[in-house]
Formats: sequence, C-alpha cells, structure tokens
Amino acid sequence: MPAPADILLQVRDLRTWFLTDAGPVRAVDGVSFDLRAGETLGIVGESGSGKSVCAKSIMRLLDEPARIVGGSILFQGRDLANLDEAAIRSVRGREIAMVFQDPMTSLNPVLRIARQLVEAMTAHGRFTPKAARLRAIDLLRRMGVGAPERAINSYPHQFSGGMRQRVMLSMGFSNEPALLIADEPTTALDVTIQAQILELLRELNHDFGTAVILISHDLGVIANVCQRILVMYAGEVVEEGPPEELLSDPRHPYTWALLHAAPRIDATATDRRLATIDGQPPDPRAWPDGCRFRARCPFAIAQCADHPALLPINDTRASRCWVTQQGGTLRPPERAHPAPTMAIADARQPLLEVTDLHKHFVLPKDGYFTPARVLRAVDGVSLTVHRGETVGLVGESGCGKSTLARLVTRLHAPTAGKIVFDGIDISQARQSDIRPLRRRMQMIFQDPYASLNPRMSVGEILAGPLLLHRIVDSRSAASGRVGELLDLVGLPATAAGRFPHEFSGGQRQRISIARALAVGPDLVVADEPISALDVNIQAQIINLMVDLQERLGLTYLFIAHDLAVVRHVCDRIIVLYLGKVMEIARAADLFTRPLHPYTSTLIAAAPVPDPRIERTRRHVPMKGEPPSAVNPPSGCRFRTRCPIAQPRCTVEEPVLQPGVAGQMVACHFPGAL
Amino acid sequence: MIRYVFSRLATSIVLVLLATLVVFLIANTIPGDPALAALGDEQASDPAAVSAFRALYGLDKPLWEQYWRFLQRLAHGDFGRSISSRRAVMADIIDYAPATIELATIAFLLSLLIGLPLGIIAAVRRDSWVDHLARAVALIGVSAPTFWLAFIMLAIFYGYLGWAPGTGRLDPIAFAPDRITGMLLIDTIILGDWETFRDAAAHLVLPSIVLASATIGLITRTTRAAMLEALSQDYVRVARAKGLLARVVITGHALPNAMLPVVTLGGLAYANLLTGAVMTETVFSWPGLGRYTFRSAVSVDFPAIMAITTIVAAVFVLVNFLVDLSYAMLDPRVVKK
Ligand SMILES: Nc1ncnc2c1ncn2[C@@H]1O[C@H](COP(=O)(O)OP(=O)(O)OP(=O)(O)O)[C@@H](O)[C@H]1O
Ligand code: SF4
Ligand code: SF4
Ligand SMILES: [Mg+2]
Repeated sequence: MPAPADILLQVRDLRTWFLTDAGPVRAVDGVSFDLRAGETLGIVGESGSGKSVCAKSIMRLLDEPARIVGGSILFQGRDLANLDEAAIRSVRGREIAMVFQDPMTSLNPVLRIARQLVEAMTAHGRFTPKAARLRAIDLLRRMGVGAPERAINSYPHQFSGGMRQRVMLSMGFSNEPALLIADEPTTALDVTIQAQILELLRELNHDFGTAVILISHDLGVIANVCQRILVMYAGEVVEEGPPEELLSDPRHPYTWALLHAAPRIDATATDRRLATIDGQPPDPRAWPDGCRFRARCPFAIAQCADHPALLPINDTRASRCWVTQQGGTLRPPERAHPAPTMAIADARQPLLEVTDLHKHFVLPKDGYFTPARVLRAVDGVSLTVHRGETVGLVGESGCGKSTLARLVTRLHAPTAGKIVFDGIDISQARQSDIRPLRRRMQMIFQDPYASLNPRMSVGEILAGPLLLHRIVDSRSAASGRVGELLDLVGLPATAAGRFPHEFSGGQRQRISIARALAVGPDLVVADEPISALDVNIQAQIINLMVDLQERLGLTYLFIAHDLAVVRHVCDRIIVLYLGKVMEIARAADLFTRPLHPYTSTLIAAAPVPDPRIERTRRHVPMKGEPPSAVNPPSGCRFRTRCPIAQPRCTVEEPVLQPGVAGQMVACHFPGAL
Repeated sequence: MIRYVFSRLATSIVLVLLATLVVFLIANTIPGDPALAALGDEQASDPAAVSAFRALYGLDKPLWEQYWRFLQRLAHGDFGRSISSRRAVMADIIDYAPATIELATIAFLLSLLIGLPLGIIAAVRRDSWVDHLARAVALIGVSAPTFWLAFIMLAIFYGYLGWAPGTGRLDPIAFAPDRITGMLLIDTIILGDWETFRDAAAHLVLPSIVLASATIGLITRTTRAAMLEALSQDYVRVARAKGLLARVVITGHALPNAMLPVVTLGGLAYANLLTGAVMTETVFSWPGLGRYTFRSAVSVDFPAIMAITTIVAAVFVLVNFLVDLSYAMLDPRVVKK
C-alpha cells in the first residue's frame, strides 16, 4: 500500500446514483481506490459498469439526475464530493483535467482552436491571454500538431479525429494539472492513431509527472500505459493490481472472462471459438444480494450468496471474490470444441471475383466556378473469395472498406471494373436483375439498431425477406421458419413478438444475422459486425458466426478494423490503403511474416494485453495520418508514412504481385521492414 | 468568403426573376378582366373605350412582350400605373411601405427582445417556472388567431382601460410631421418633435404586440429547443471541465451554436412580418402595404399586384441572402477556405 504522504486521490465508498422516477439507478455503488501522485491507473469494465460515471463524479460533471449519495473523494486534502460550485470550478481544468472519448464532438465547432485553448488557461487567472496563446502554440507543437502557429487559428472541422485528440490533450495539460482523466480517449480512433496518442500519453505522464486515470474497455490499451488496473463490474471494483500479474493470472472470474473473451493479435490458437460467459450484467436498479457476478460465474460456491468485500490477496493485489481470497486460482477455460481444422480444399471454386474495381464519388463543388473534385474511394481493387472461405478486409477508416462491401453486393454501382458472383457478371446488372441474387448475398452492418426497423416486430423483420423472395408462400409457414431462425442465432422463440428496442446490442446483432440468414445466402458480407459491442458479446457473436459457417457452409467477407479479430476469424486477409490493395495473404502468414510495410505498422500498432509480451514486441512508429483520397501521393500511396520509403517509391507505383509463398504484395521492397 | 457571397447573390437574383415570371403568368391566367373592373359597367360596354384602355396599359400586346416590358420598367423602379388609384404604383408603394416597415421592425425587435432571453433562460433552467412561462407564451403566441387577439387588445386596453390610443398611426387631430423617411419614429427624432414621437410610439404599442405574438412564440420555442440541444453537446461538458464560469459556458459556448437555427427562423419571421400584416393593419386602420395589397387584390389592380408580389419575393430572397451570410459568419463549416 502506498505511503499516505504521496497519495493524490483517495476515493472511499463512492456512491453515485441516478435518481430517476423509476427508482435509483445505482451506477457507482461503493467504489474505493487510491492514486499516488504521478501514477497511471487504468479502469476497465464492460459498458454500463460505471467507469465514466466514476470519472465524472471526480470532476463533479454529472448529468441530471445523478447525485453523489455517499462516500468521499479526497483530493489534496479536500473532499471534492462536498465542494461548492465555485471551489470545484477552480479544481476543474486546473488541478484535474479531463479528455473525452469522441474528439469529433468535444471541440466547439463554431469557435477557433486558439480561443478554446486560451480560455482553458485564462479562466484560472494563471496566464494573460497573450502568454496563454504562446503556451498553447508550444503545447500543440509538443503534442505533435504540425505548423502550430497556423493550426491554432483553425476551426475544429479542419482537423482529423487524431489531431483533435491532440488538441484535447494540449487543453488537458495546459494548466499542468496534477491529474488527467482520459475517458476512452482512443476508442474513436484508428489503431495507428491510437498507438500515437497512447505513446504521447506515456511521454506526458513521464515529462510532466501528471497522474493519469485511463478508462478503456480494451485491456490491451490499459495494459500498455498503466502501472495499476482497476476492474469494474456492476458499479463496484472487483479486482485491482499491477498489469503484469492481473493479466497473466487474474484473480476475479470477471477479469478472467474479459481476458479470455478477447481475441489476441499474438494468438496462435487454431480454434476460432472464444471463451464466453453467459448472461447479462445485472440490473443497476436492483443489484442482486451476494456476489454481483454470481449468476454468470463459472467458479461460484455456496458462500457467494454473501456479498464479498474487496480484500487484499497479496502485497499488490486485491479481489472481491470468495474463492481467490481463500487462495484459489482460476484455471484457464476449457474449449468446448477441439480445434476444428477448417476443411479448406486447395482447388476451391471462386464464389466472388472482383477485377480492377473502381468507385469514384464526385464531391459537391465549393462554388460555381471551381472544378469538381473526385474522391477515388475504391481505386482498382481485384480480389477473389472462394466458397466456404472467410476473407478479411482491413485498413484505416476511410480506406474504402465499406464502399467495397457495398459494391460487391451492388448496393453501389461501380464506376468501372468487373464483379462476378458465382459465374454471373453483376457489375453492370440492373437492380431488377440483382434482386433475385440478393437472396444469395446478404449484408450485416455495424450498427444493429440503425439497420432494424424500430416499428416492426422481430417476427415481421425476419418474415419480410422470406415472403419477398418467395421462400415460403404463406404467413404461417413464415412464422415457423422465423422460429427456426431465432433458434439458430440463439434467441428464444418468444423474441418474434418483441420489438428491436427491447433487445441489447448483442441480441440485436443476432437478429440482423438471423435476417441475413433467413433467405439462405451463400455469401455474407459483414461490415464491422462486432465493433459496437462489448468484448464478451463480441466473442459470442464471433462464435455464432463460426458455428453458422460450419453448419451452413457460408462464405464470409468480413470487414473489421480490429486486427486481432480479423486474425482470429479469417482464412485470408486483404489489406487496403487509400482505395488500393497493399497485401493479400493467408491470416497466419500475414501476422507472422507481413511483407508490406503498411501491414507491419498496423500489426505493431495493435496492443497486446500483456505488458511482458508488449515489451518484447517490435514497435514500428507509424508517421502521420492517411492523406486525402482526393489527391493521393504519387508513386506508392503509402510513401508519405512509410518508414523505409526510397526515392523510387515517389516516381514508380508498385504493382500487386506475388511475393514469398504466393503472398501478394504491392511494394518495391517487400519484407524489408 | 467573397466567392461565397457572389454565388449566393447570383442565386438570389435568379430567384427574384423566376418569382416575377411565375407571378406574371399566374396573374394573366386568373379570371377577371382588369379593363372591365376598372372602367365600370357603362364605359365597359363601349368597345372603343375598352381597347383604348388596353392600349394605354399595354394589355393588347403578346404575353411575352408584356413581361419583357415589365422587366425593363422594373429595372428603372417603374411598376406602371395602378389601375385603381391611377397613380404610379411606385408612388403608392412609397406612400404605404414606411408604415409597414416601421410596424414590422418594431414587432420583430419586440419578438427578439422577449423570445431570445425567454428561450435561453427556459433552457438553462429547465422545468423551472420560467420554463413553464416560456412554454405557455409560445403556445398562446403561436395559436391565438390574430384578428381575435387584435380585437381583444383593442377592447381591453383602448375601450375599457383607456391605456392605449385608438387605431391609426397618430391621433386624428395631430399633425403628421414633414415626411422624410415616412417612418414616424425616425422622422420625429430627426425633427426633434418629441410630442409627436410619443404619440406615434403609443400608437405602435398594440399593433406591434398583436403582429409580434406569433413570432414571439416561434422564437421562444426555437431558442429554447436549440439551447437545450447545444447544452447537451459534448463540447459544453468539455467547457465545464475547463473550469469556466457557468455564464461563460452558456453565452460563450452553447449560445453561438444555438443561434444557428434561430438566425434562419428569425430571417423568415422578419420577412413574414413585413409581408403578412394584412389582418393587423386592417383591424388597426394602419395605412400600410397590407391594406394596399388587400385593396389591389379586390379590384384586380394588375400592375399593383405585380409590384407587390415582386416586392414580397424580393424581400424573402433578400432576407434569405442575409440569413445565409450571417449563417456563414456564425458557422465556419459553411464556407470552406
Ligand atoms: N456517398 C459518398 N459520397 C462521397 N464520399 C463518400 C461516400 N461514401 C463514402 N465516401 C468516402 O469514401 C471513402 C471510403 O469510405 P468507406 O466508408 O468505404 O471507409 P471505411 O474504410 O469503411 O471507413 P470506416 O472504418 O470509418 O467505416 C471515405 O473517404 C468516405 O468519406
Ligand atoms: S465471489 Fe463467488 S460468484 Fe463472485 S466472482 Fe467469486 S466465485 Fe464467482
Ligand atoms: S513501395 Fe516504397 S513507400 Fe511504398 S510501401 Fe514499399 S517501401 Fe514503402
Ligand atoms: Mg466503414
């Protein structure tokens, strides 16, 4: 335990409830922890576990009707929970600063960056406006914003998400606070930009001595920045400890479940199923008596009917679990299915063949007299997907993944190129000719809520495509099939009578999968199907998709920005950059032997939830941000960010050609990084 | 920015021209022969008088030529002769417009003065008594019929309490000041005639309240909704996290964003006040464009209708143009560098 002298923040039995008409929602219900000056503390937990409410309680930035109903937040000798508005204001931004999740909405769109940075400093009277402005420019430079003298006069919309998060960090550090709270600061960013921001956070903690509370749902992110981790579940801290120990030997079954549900980029397992836990977190209006994790816990014993306290289990760790407090350890999960060898025949038939596909969007003009600009979202892509195969599509946001998915399912019409689906050329086909084929290729989208009609019951949603494609000829036959479909995706038959808003995110994604499968497709194109879901639900959906593939012989085109997930589920992977293919390889080859420098940097940027492994991994710094697809760089389009770019790369565009062992790569110096 | 201004200006001119064409065509297809309407039964039975009348006003020319002549004259501010008053339409309009502009402007300022603070406070103190008051004001203002409100106000404040003067712009026995702009408040200030200024101001109170009632409701409602929206945004939370004063967070961060929809609505509301005062002007015997419009429509005074419609179109297009410009000034995302 830390010596009391250097304790910066001491939270004791904090209870923050939302006093709603329907009774109190006990979002944070008895959280205690200490933070030393200069320490980095990570808080993990699934959505709804109370991480953000905890952070907002410290800043006293709670939304109505939240109230701190109990406990104390001792910070530098004062109890923040009881300060009056004027006193807490002098703490906010000056002693404690906060950075939020979504950099796109965190900056005021109608005010210049300069004003927003300067006022953060002048508000506390420590700087004159002139001095504040000079300091803001220095800070922007320190945070890696190019040409800060000019950038400071910009408006937020002129900046990318990563740049805005750098601005937010400049703001956070402007008064040299003793504590910075960062709530999911990189969740909205690409993995490459995330790596840059996390690196920056580490440096700032080191240089300024600012203590950091980093909130994330991603164990990998936390593991690589933090000296200590708190795991939250159902409004409580359930485990606490240093990352090296906590992540290799979890002592709370919930931590254990989180750890095993997340696919890892350094995994070598051949089994595509992940260990998941059943059920949902309990209702915050009525926490169960006893251990709050009991209903989902595979280790529960009789004693768990009593509520366990958070108690030390050794010098550095504490756990809220009867079993581990008595010295028990948690064995690794058993795999229900032994590693299935995916029957991948060598001479497979192609189901989808795409040749030199282009999609150009003409952007709206700025004025009457300016020439129209063309955005080449997909700029000459060729690929093949074989029957029964899972092909992954990865790349940073804006690289054309979604556009490509919409092209191959002909939701978009291509500008040029050829799309052959099961021997039929559909690239120029009219919508009326496509319609019968829709039955055989279906899409699943990222946001299960937006893609389900809220006014239709689940039964109607699933029966619609059955009747439309005349798969069944009567409503009664449809309802029988709906029952089968719900069963297939693991939902009860009673779900048919309910509406989408009555389901959780994971259940809704099951419904959209059921809808896609209703018509018996051959090809399923899934665009970020699990990105919006919690780790455990992600694992459940992955398992479901793997099961369904085996049972129904499906072919998947799987789009994701999470490389670990892609590695886990895909046979082959296609890496896209600015509308072009950089590399195509079998999943195992791609991750053990990336040939394209872009692939190497992407892999290096993805964090592994184990600091010991992370220390031995290669770190390839990815420079800058992707250039605009309106005006891509000459020669190799990756050259502006490539660590090994040569003069040749500026003038000559590399073509996609076979490298080692049939791996396709578009680089003049494959494998050199 | 300059390019943006010019492209919006070009669009505006095209819109006004289109509007005049549409009006011209509609006016020519409505039944009712202006010659017959203007000449009266006896003269109208004389074919020579009718054709002389038609020749005088160019009604015998082909349609496109009439339109072309109309546009040419328009460029010189010449709308032709009113068929009923037999004066230049432009002269009529110069006579009538100032009364309307004065009334509409006062009503508009009143709407802003009441609607903006009420909407802002209602949003900041949500569910307080101010909020309930704001919602009541909005509901009554938007839904109360104008003529009903006008009669009630006159009956109470003029007839019963005697606090307000009667109808018209000035006391019947008062002398109108020398005409400078035609707007009494401005003219009396210029002349230093404070007694008449007070009289004119007093006469403006009831009609401007009546005319503004709907606009006050709309502006209150829109401001409240826009402020609530802005206050719930992440950047407001960020501003609070900086340790700014609540006042600075509200006026410096939420308000500039909330003003964006209000500017659009305010512009349209002003255009509506300028062109839609027929009912109020009629009840309060206000010698403005509203009454002129009414009279011209009844007598199928074709040149006057054309002129008024053109002016209405121009007012709307101009206000829209100004709205676009202020929007571009308030929201940097509109004009890209
Ligand atoms: N209808 C459209 N009009 C103009 N540009 C578009 C349109 N649809 C997509 N784009 C642009 O095409 C590019 C590729 O978009 P796409 O959605 O395919 O990217 P992505 O890789 O899926 O990104 P993310 O990971 O953010 O979903 C982006 O720059 C995007 O802004
Ligand atoms: S206390 Fe019991 S139910 Fe709770 S986590 Fe430990 S073993 Fe599971
Ligand atoms: S071609 Fe050159 S710039 Fe492009 S990836 Fe290869 S080495 Fe880098
Ligand atoms: Mg996408």
